[in-house]
Amino acid sequence: MARAFTPKVITANALLEGDVIYLTDDDQWSRELSKAELITDEAHAQLRLLDASAQVSEVVGAYLADAKAGPNGPEPTHFREEFRRTGPSNYAHGKQEAEANV
Amino acid sequence: MYKYNDFDTAFVTERNAQFRAQVERRIDGSLTEDEFKPLRLMNGLYLQLHAYMLRVAVPYGSLNSAQMNTLALLAEKWDKGYGHFTTRQNIQYNWPKLSDVPDMLDALAEVGMHAIQTSGNTIRNVTSDHFAGAAADELEDPRPVAELIRQWSTDHPEFQFMGRKFKIAVGAATKDRAVLKAHDLAVRIVKNDAGETGYQILVGGGLGRTPMIGKVINDFLPRADLLPYIESVVSVWNQIGRRDNKYKARIKITVHEHGIDDIRARVDARFALIRPTFTGADQDLLAEIKTHFVAPIFRSGGIETYDVAYKADPVFRAWADTNLAEHRHADHAIVTISIKKHGATPGDASAEQMRVMADLAAKFGYDELRISHEQNVILPHVHKSDLPAMHAQLKEHGLGTANIGLISDIIACPGMDYCALATARAIPVAEQIATRFDELKLEHDIGNLQIKISGCINACGHHHVAHIGILGLDRAGVENYQITLGGDATWSAAIGERAGPGFAYDEIVPAVERIVGTYLEIRDNADETFLETFRRVGMAPFKAALYPEAIKKVA
Repeated sequence: MARAFTPKVITANALLEGDVIYLTDDDQWSRELSKAELITDEAHAQLRLLDASAQVSEVVGAYLADAKAGPNGPEPTHFREEFRRTGPSNYAHGKQEAEANV
Repeated sequence: MYKYNDFDTAFVTERNAQFRAQVERRIDGSLTEDEFKPLRLMNGLYLQLHAYMLRVAVPYGSLNSAQMNTLALLAEKWDKGYGHFTTRQNIQYNWPKLSDVPDMLDALAEVGMHAIQTSGNTIRNVTSDHFAGAAADELEDPRPVAELIRQWSTDHPEFQFMGRKFKIAVGAATKDRAVLKAHDLAVRIVKNDAGETGYQILVGGGLGRTPMIGKVINDFLPRADLLPYIESVVSVWNQIGRRDNKYKARIKITVHEHGIDDIRARVDARFALIRPTFTGADQDLLAEIKTHFVAPIFRSGGIETYDVAYKADPVFRAWADTNLAEHRHADHAIVTISIKKHGATPGDASAEQMRVMADLAAKFGYDELRISHEQNVILPHVHKSDLPAMHAQLKEHGLGTANIGLISDIIACPGMDYCALATARAIPVAEQIATRFDELKLEHDIGNLQIKISGCINACGHHHVAHIGILGLDRAGVENYQITLGGDATWSAAIGERAGPGFAYDEIVPAVERIVGTYLEIRDNADETFLETFRRVGMAPFKAALYPEAIKKVA
């Protein structure tokens, strides 16, 4: 039996900055995982990934990452995605720096 | 220092112009990522977890103050104010924007630097002894040979699309400070019984998922045969090396599968074929290169200021005892500047620190600097009378840490804080170990102890050849750290032995503390190093300290 589909988000790196971005349900790319579309249907996930991968002049390396629903939107289920949405742990650089400047 | 001639400058300028156009075509959509990726990798540009990463070559770890100042400029203007020196004597910038990279490369070209062949399946940046040209125990300066190999391998048409990357190191000293035995090919300048110098060639070393110690393929190669011989080795491997499986593609696997004698026979056959095509131009070039590496005219003078400071200032004395090495001129010293302040990221230097080191090199160090594979910066020639003044300035900029060769002088790869390949973090583990042993005030008592941490099995952090090696893995979605003991990165190279099951992120520092505590208890005397103790007693007492529960169960 095939494994049950677990919820996913579509994530990639932005072409110019190289930073982590997520596909939202209104076809925008957001810097925040919480704004991403949480996809629960496998067929829909494959279609969305095709759409995302086609945007070759905006994004690099789009893929489906495991996520779960949280009170403020999708949350990571694996530590790699946790680091991707936060930034490095040795300096407050990357997304955590952007947040501090808001 | 090697200075670019017109050909070098024209080559790098043209390459930068090509890459600028490639970046433009990628941004305007005329190149896809699949088309662009091999082009950017040829120019040292990676895409990592949070951003692009530009890896700039520091050939054999050697640079001058103008080059170091340019590295600072790049950090400040196009990055976040710092750079990361790597275990291959290179520097990496973690945050460049794609559209800025062509400008960064142009700035580098102005001081004779580039990022060519710092990635991809090519012959990578040639590494060497970071004390080259200064060490008391070297036969000659190995850098002219390293430079010859760099020029020969740069854009070599036969070796641009190999099955995998190929790393070469060159050494010429009694002590191996360049991890020669962990390279695809190592060149060791040696003297034979007749008093002639030549080359001992090793092949098939490497770390990664299948660590191997390099084997001697040629014990004494005449000097004029070097390039044709290396070309034969790379050529043989390029033909028969495995391309069906990336993990079995390095020459260490080829040597392992065919055996060193078979490889030697194939290399000899190839050598017989191509040797006549080398008609001496390479030797003329080497002679020309050597003129760039003439030692500076060392100044003379008394060293009283050094003696006075050494007696009077305990902080200076501690630094002098750990961070200075013997220079071939007795009134000079080789200074290793630690860029591993306790709790800081190993190998990182701020733009300001880079400028301070550049200024000190210009003022006291005959304008020379080196990067070590141990991720520190070296001023190879400093008159001893200048050391107290230099130390005072280093201290002011967080560069005065006295820990070279000690437990907090840790090698760590970027790990999952930056690297797209990593399976766990390495930097925070290094920071915590250094902080902990600084609190315990034990590190000078512990003495020489090398900890090396890799955040994945590719082993950029050299964990296999560490006295205490730490490998970060992903075990069922949780960071897990395996410990190996007894590795050795020198001429007596050894691959560390796995201690047992791994430790969780919050258990790894206490585990290291138990290993070190055991060593302090069982060492014969304060002069017996960790590695000597391990070789005398083996794994058992350390295993007992690491896994007390397992011992209980058996009992």
